[in-house]
Amino acid sequence: MTETGAALVLRGVRHVWPNGIEALADLDLVLADGSFTALVGPSGCGKSTTLRIAAGLLAPSAGEVRRAPDGPGAVAVVFQDPVLLPWTHVLGNIALPLRLLGLPRAERERRALDALRLVGLDSALHLHPDELSGGMRMRVSVARALATEPRLLLMDEPFAALDEITRFALDTELLRLWVQRRFTVLFVTHSVYEAVFLAERVLVMSPRPGRIVREIPVDEPHPRARAFRASVRFAALCGEVLEALEAAGGDP
Amino acid sequence: MSGRAADRLLRTAVLAALLLLWEGLVRLYEVPHWLVPGPLAVAAELWRAREVLLPALAVTLGTALLALVVAVGAAVTLGVLAVLSRLLEYAILPVAVTLQVVPVVAVAPVILVYVERVETALVLCAALVAFFPVLANTITGLERIDPEQRDLFRLYGASRWQELLWLRLPAALPYILAGIRVAGTLALVGAVVAEFAAGTAGEQAGLAFRILESGWRLRIARMYAALVLLAAAGLLLHGLLRQGERLMLRRLHLAAREEARPSSST
Repeated sequence: MTETGAALVLRGVRHVWPNGIEALADLDLVLADGSFTALVGPSGCGKSTTLRIAAGLLAPSAGEVRRAPDGPGAVAVVFQDPVLLPWTHVLGNIALPLRLLGLPRAERERRALDALRLVGLDSALHLHPDELSGGMRMRVSVARALATEPRLLLMDEPFAALDEITRFALDTELLRLWVQRRFTVLFVTHSVYEAVFLAERVLVMSPRPGRIVREIPVDEPHPRARAFRASVRFAALCGEVLEALEAAGGDP
Repeated sequence: MSGRAADRLLRTAVLAALLLLWEGLVRLYEVPHWLVPGPLAVAAELWRAREVLLPALAVTLGTALLALVVAVGAAVTLGVLAVLSRLLEYAILPVAVTLQVVPVVAVAPVILVYVERVETALVLCAALVAFFPVLANTITGLERIDPEQRDLFRLYGASRWQELLWLRLPAALPYILAGIRVAGTLALVGAVVAEFAAGTAGEQAGLAFRILESGWRLRIARMYAALVLLAAAGLLLHGLLRQGERLMLRRLHLAAREEARPSSST
């Protein structure tokens, strides 16, 4: 894949923890602007480390990281936990990134409300996180990530803690938002099915030290219908990803 | 009847039984009231001496409350500074721990040498006792933040001040409030101990001095009355701080889940 016009480039990234454990070995990853990529791999293979390096939250031991555009607000992360501030309401949580970026109050509120509408939570804006269900909390977390209109959205197993029905609903909603806005997505998951349903291509990582060992394109047009989950092609693609995982030597 | 109301009833019953036992034993063995007065005699003395004891209680409580305010202000400020700068943390903590391990009874005479106004010296002594739990809790609370919340702040290039004001301080509030609750009763203890050391008489005499004075004059019932008053003031202070803590945490949605109880019992 070409690096010009890429939203994220990781070149020869290596990471060794202070205790000597090598988390990543020579990892290359290029995300085309506006693409949706899923990253699957056995647990402990360095998926989250890759994501933290991509976000700029962790400096790799070696290698090159480029983001375009870069800077606060251009990159957003959705963690596995919603990571909301319990003492402030939904609107305050969504406006937090805008506040940290120093936007004026009126602008903050306008953009936070827009983001809230995007995830269909405009009726909950004055509720606190402890008054929301797990699915609603995750929606708030997604809305907060989108509030700065980032070009790159990094998601670290964001829906893994939710029940399946809620997860399916949020998957569909994420795709709707992505078709609408076309930000670049890197979606880390341990669910092969979720990866195939969401992404344009699925990258498979090897066990530690992690590298990308397979790339499987999913050329099903977006927006994807629910029927795709039940199709033969979906099953075949999932089988292919599972096979790649096994060949890489690890359980998903 | 709910479990909570039953608890309360049981607690009241036990207290009443103990008082009854005390009164009964004193009467049964005809213990002279100048040796061990019964609860009724103490209550009567409390009423009789109210014009001496209540102003004394006000003095002691005033010292304790002022000391609490001073201690909380100083401890939170120093706690924030310690978290902002490692160097300051290393400078502050050893001094704070040293002050903590030296008993206030021993420090009070030294403070009394240097501070001319006795009232100020008393407040200082009491504040010294109340200071440490607030400082320790403030530092713990400010440092124990969720790493992912911190990542979130870093992701948007938050400054240290933004992180302090919008993440660390609110996250530390439950710790700080718990520290203040402990400090409240310690301030009262500190005030009493400091009064003993100072031995102030006259207008500004606190409860501690009244206890000493009653001892010298063998007014044992009055000693007991002053003790009862002191205990009541301590319990009240503790209860008020606890209630304030609960209200504040609930308002900020920081309340622990197990505190949610059916309201029918109250």
